[in-house]
Amino acid sequence: MSRQINRLGQGGAIDRSRTLSFSFDGARYEGHPGDTLASALLANDVRIVGRSFKYHRPRGVMSAGVEEGGALITTGSGARRTPNVRATTLELFDGLDTYGQNAWPSVRFDLNALNGLLARFFSAGFYYKTFMGPGRGTWAWMQYEKIIRRAAGMGEASREPDPDSYEIAHAHCDVLVVGSGPAGLEAARVAAEAGLHVILAEQDFAVAPSLLSETEGIGDEAPADWRAARLKALQAAGNVQIMPRTTVFGLYDGGVAGLAERVTDHLADPSPHLPRERFWILRTRRTIVATGALERSVAFGNNDRPGIMLANAARIYANRFGVAAGRRAIVATNNDSGYHSALDMAAAGVDVARILDVRERASDDFAARARAAGIEIMTNCVPVEAAARGTIGKLQIGRRSGATIRADEWLDCDLVAVSGGWTPVVNLLSHRGARPVYDESLATFLPGECAEPIRVAGSAAGVWRSEDCAQSGRAAGAAAARDLGKSALDEQAPAPGGWDRPIHPLWEVRVKGRKLRSFVDPQHDVKTDDIRLAHQEGYVSVEHLKRYTTLGMASDQGKVGNVIGLALMAKATGKTIAETGTTMFRPPYTPVSLGALAGRGCDEHFRATRYTPMHDWNMEHGAVMIDAGLWKRPWYFPAPGEDLTAAYERETAKVRETVGLCDVTSLGKIAVQGPDAAEFLNRVYVNGFGKLPVGRARYGIMLRDDGIVMDDGTTWRLSDSDFFMTTTTANAAKVMGFLEELLETRWPDLRVRVTTVSEQWAGLAVAGPKARQVLEAAVEDIDMSSEAFPFMGVREGHIGGAPCRVARISFSGEMAWEAYVPSDYGAAMCDAVWQAAEPLGGILYGTEALGALRIEKGHVAGPELDGRTTLEDLHLDRMASTKKPFIGNVLRKRPGLMTDDRPQLVGIVPKDRTRRLYAGALLHAPDRLSGHGEGWVTSVTYSPELGHWIGLGLIRGGVEAWSGKTAIHADPVRSGNTEVEITATHFIDPDGSRMHA
Amino acid sequence: MTRYSAWSVIRNGLTGQKGWDRAWRDPEPKDSYDVIIVGAGGHGLATAYYLAREHGIRNVAILEKGYLGGGSVGRNTTIVRSNYMMPGNTEFYEFSLRLWEQLSHELNYNVMFSQRGQIVLFHSPPARDAAARRANTMRMNGIDAEMLTRDQVRQRVPHLDFSDTARFPIQGAILQKRAGTARHDAVAWGYARAADSLGVDIIQNCEVTGVLREGGRVSGAETTRGVIKAGKVGLAVAGNTSRLAAMAGMGRLPIESHKLQAFVSEPLKPLLDYVVAYALPGGHFYISQSDKGGMVFGGDLDMYNSYAQRGNLPIYEDVAGCAVALMPCLKRIRLLRQWAGVMDMSMDGTPIISKTSIDGLYLNGGWCYGGFKATPASGWCFASTIANDAPHELNAAFTLDRFERGLQIDEKGAGPVPKLH
Amino acid sequence: MLRIPCPFCGERDHTEFSYGGDAGVDYPQIDSTDEKAWYEAVFLRENPRGPHKELWQHNYGCRMWIVVERDTMTHEIFSAEPAHPGVKAQLEKEAAK
Repeated sequence: MSRQINRLGQGGAIDRSRTLSFSFDGARYEGHPGDTLASALLANDVRIVGRSFKYHRPRGVMSAGVEEGGALITTGSGARRTPNVRATTLELFDGLDTYGQNAWPSVRFDLNALNGLLARFFSAGFYYKTFMGPGRGTWAWMQYEKIIRRAAGMGEASREPDPDSYEIAHAHCDVLVVGSGPAGLEAARVAAEAGLHVILAEQDFAVAPSLLSETEGIGDEAPADWRAARLKALQAAGNVQIMPRTTVFGLYDGGVAGLAERVTDHLADPSPHLPRERFWILRTRRTIVATGALERSVAFGNNDRPGIMLANAARIYANRFGVAAGRRAIVATNNDSGYHSALDMAAAGVDVARILDVRERASDDFAARARAAGIEIMTNCVPVEAAARGTIGKLQIGRRSGATIRADEWLDCDLVAVSGGWTPVVNLLSHRGARPVYDESLATFLPGECAEPIRVAGSAAGVWRSEDCAQSGRAAGAAAARDLGKSALDEQAPAPGGWDRPIHPLWEVRVKGRKLRSFVDPQHDVKTDDIRLAHQEGYVSVEHLKRYTTLGMASDQGKVGNVIGLALMAKATGKTIAETGTTMFRPPYTPVSLGALAGRGCDEHFRATRYTPMHDWNMEHGAVMIDAGLWKRPWYFPAPGEDLTAAYERETAKVRETVGLCDVTSLGKIAVQGPDAAEFLNRVYVNGFGKLPVGRARYGIMLRDDGIVMDDGTTWRLSDSDFFMTTTTANAAKVMGFLEELLETRWPDLRVRVTTVSEQWAGLAVAGPKARQVLEAAVEDIDMSSEAFPFMGVREGHIGGAPCRVARISFSGEMAWEAYVPSDYGAAMCDAVWQAAEPLGGILYGTEALGALRIEKGHVAGPELDGRTTLEDLHLDRMASTKKPFIGNVLRKRPGLMTDDRPQLVGIVPKDRTRRLYAGALLHAPDRLSGHGEGWVTSVTYSPELGHWIGLGLIRGGVEAWSGKTAIHADPVRSGNTEVEITATHFIDPDGSRMHA
Repeated sequence: MTRYSAWSVIRNGLTGQKGWDRAWRDPEPKDSYDVIIVGAGGHGLATAYYLAREHGIRNVAILEKGYLGGGSVGRNTTIVRSNYMMPGNTEFYEFSLRLWEQLSHELNYNVMFSQRGQIVLFHSPPARDAAARRANTMRMNGIDAEMLTRDQVRQRVPHLDFSDTARFPIQGAILQKRAGTARHDAVAWGYARAADSLGVDIIQNCEVTGVLREGGRVSGAETTRGVIKAGKVGLAVAGNTSRLAAMAGMGRLPIESHKLQAFVSEPLKPLLDYVVAYALPGGHFYISQSDKGGMVFGGDLDMYNSYAQRGNLPIYEDVAGCAVALMPCLKRIRLLRQWAGVMDMSMDGTPIISKTSIDGLYLNGGWCYGGFKATPASGWCFASTIANDAPHELNAAFTLDRFERGLQIDEKGAGPVPKLH
Repeated sequence: MLRIPCPFCGERDHTEFSYGGDAGVDYPQIDSTDEKAWYEAVFLRENPRGPHKELWQHNYGCRMWIVVERDTMTHEIFSAEPAHPGVKAQLEKEAAK
């Protein structure tokens, strides 16, 4: 185990009293609570931690935050392996195991780095120009693609199911403050003091993390004291919810924010009851974006080498983590902020060899302080190129004269800390469509106008000094409070900026005659030459630039390189940066686990499961269930040793022979009530319901507005003004919504109420020659005789002591009833009826037999009512009333729907009665065995009664055109061709004597 | 135009990439053209290309309000397939797929059409039968399709959810081997470069503000860069078709604009070698892995009319749920980027490529989700329709008046509710 | 997330609602046999970019159909009122009290 050789002797917000053990690529190291993986790796002098996307160049830690493009690693193993984790935001815990990725055999020595030798050929978009041949077609490309896919990608995902759980949480607040720097803290404080409910979200595990590395005082307070006092006050306030480890990843319509909270990733031994992450859907009235700013780098030769990092990151490692990111540092800057890094590193004991300042003059104050610290300042100087191998050991500097740079001496160093200026984090505003605006004097994008109640504070608004940021936060908090009707001080927001001396824009260091490999996007290996090539080839729109070079499409989403890329494109086109524009940042701000976004809605809870009140009863009686939409319905009830086929054939036969019981609760049930209920039904069904007598049911069909069949079912008249409608299982919700829409928007004058009662009633179908006998025994107070209870009659009474409504209707073609009792009595009804049925040789049947029975009878169901069929297609047009208008009656007569050559419903029988049929087969004429054919098979079953397979389908011309002819049941994907006969649809009991018996 | 090839890449690699020309010019608009195509998306660019290439009509301008390829062609999930069941659709999309198979060579631009195969899962016997009808239709029309059992799916993609806790167990799938994905931007750029080389003027940052008519005939367009005359104007502005049509005086259309979100994860080493799709109660889902390694996926519309190219959280939840229900290992994989495009949702889910009631005005729109895979055939057919002032047989069914005549082509059977298609 | 101010339930997530499309569609009387009028009502849509009056049903709330005016570009919601004219009048009457 190595020592933490780069750990400074003191300082940092880490707990030195405790030591944590962790591993990287199999080697064990130590760190402390408060470390990130990156700070701990740096402390242990691990410099190469990753490989880049394209050239597999070595990558070290480049930043100290979410913008990291170099230190991407994989954590964990087995089912918990997590790729592409930013080491710079990963909180260290005891036992953390991490691995380098995108390299073979290791990140220190990666054979894929041979790609780098071919870099001159791998320019932007080269793959659009080659890999097409040899040969025509796509074969060649697909061979290249295999190689490309293996080389690309970054981390390796686990293929095992993730064992962790995730959660979605909902919240509301008055003010959401995003970010807890000086601006966020003050905004939250002011809003809270005005009495508002505030949520303060911080992506870091430490609240107000920027103050942990800040050394400049706020007012006359030291940053640490200021931070502690503010935090204490917020924690005591009671109306402020502070959420660390929580990233506001996107802002959405209606003041909704998406937050990702990391709950257990930092714990060595998390409770199994905790979710790994939480996705918060937060509704807020005001949002204050205090997301800070990100430091930019500068493009110079080999600026991607391990040991080159952002200046502020080096400062953070020194101040917050007590780690020297190098032993001999050079700071290169174009603005004041680089001096903070240099001074703080020097104060922490790092040898800061030089400050290279591209400006002509440093600020007097900083210059004096640097001199006092013994640091040599080289003005008009820039970094030109880092030595090309491994981690950095030397840096060549350049001297600027006007716009020209002359390469000069090489300096020894193992850390180059670069500041190219700052870019406010305006991503969240971008999600709301507000484009950032370029400010020439600050050389930065500032947040643009946003029409929504979102305010920007602190360095996210381009305010650089901590003290000003605090004021900016107070102003935003007060403004939000006033917006919401609270009184708050009218504090003025400070203007953007705040440096002693202005920034000198520096995007790229170019030296005449020198070919430098300068990176804009270090993760995707986008070089400055790639930007120029994109320009040369006409990909000048910022979106073309992004897509052609892949600049900004890496996992940092352009946080590092976008602005430099834009600036270089602006230079190439001769336009200003403002004219060149900017791409829009897309959510999420930082990547969010799909597990968190899905929450608990996965595995068996992916969709709700609907159980009928008889579910347990069915299970106790041996049901095998099937999914019907969200419902679990009995599929079949196997006797010992039976499979589906044996069971449904037996069930089907038994229904026709004795009696069967089937749970039909999943049908939609709607109470249609009111004085105009009959008129309403008249309008929605194609057939008449106005004259339906009380105590009778009728089968009805409804059309859509466009005249296509929508749904069918029976509707029972319980009284003059009270109807009980049933719909198909699949269309229950759709029909209900449609009826409500009609009553509220089209026919508000109708005095009708519709109420869904699907959940209120449990339904049981009792079908078969012995159905009457069974119900006579089970039903207590209804005369079941044929005279007293005719076909389509409706009666109310009791079953098993429970109130019931019973209708004599038949889907099977047998003598049959459907009985409904209040849901809680479902099982009692089943008991009562089963008690009567079982001794008579009755059976329980499921949806498979239900389907077989209805196919034998020629009744249509879902496969026939597929949203494309008309009444005529299904031979149901005779049901359409000519005496009254109904929904769909006009458009169903459009000429294209009334032609004779539309496929019509028919029965289908295999010529060779031993062959089986398949639903989904096409029907072809024997002499035309290609193309769409003449029709298709919708439903099939083996008919125990007929002793062979039968089917329903639609075929052009219908039975008349095909009588005596052979059609081909074409099923190339399963059974090949089968000769079939086209028949009428009623395979059994065509005159209906059984059901009328 | 420099011809792209391995040799040109090597030559330029050795000479500092100096030899590459602009992929397309940035011309000033002329006063008049034979044909104006409005919209430099995939379909508009393809139309102009085929006008020039197949019909010899090269005096063509494409007018684009923003940058070329900035609409749905650059925002989709890149799936290319031809698994359509309804007459009219089957033939059209298969023709498109055949054009795709040669497209890189045709355009001399690698559009990276990867025929890795698409697996469409089913989870119930009725869904199996519906899938079988689709697959049978494909086969009988000469299109490859095969039915996979659950075990055959498992052999191909073992890390789908085959566990006991799957809410809807996978029962099988339809595989179309010739389906796959393509690099969406490259399609726009490839067509742009090829059309430009044939003399077509692609005029970006030129918004059409009015369609000019003389004596009932189209005579050109008013634009933010002045009046441009043309005898024929073709609209290929899916997402904004209603607005342009209203501008042209066509009145209301059987189209609503809806937004569809798309998602991509962080890059990963190869994890999924097929396009996988499925539909279940309450939504549908499709996923593939890009060559860069990102898992690219999407699901349903946001379900309300919208012209905003941004989405809302409920669809994140929905789509992420669909993703992890399909592949439980994806829970730890992170969403990198989400975006949205505006879809022309038609009243039957089928596009419109047709003449209009106005002489010289042609309409290409109503693409719903299906526009990307249709790009080559759409351009081909639209060019033919414009050149001949009569539809090609492949788009003869995609008329604007089919709704009035009762000839809608409703692949889903969802009826005149655009959000459901 | 759209936040729809249901006139009966208050402001709610749009996921509680289902979308019913253009509220300006003028459906013919049920006894109208004007095929063109039916065709236009069922199939043709204004589809504006900007303010749009549209129907939503509050499925997981009061189940009422409401008319929402919303901008299809910015998604800003301007108003929400009951679709049923009688209910709307009653609500207005009560609000005036």
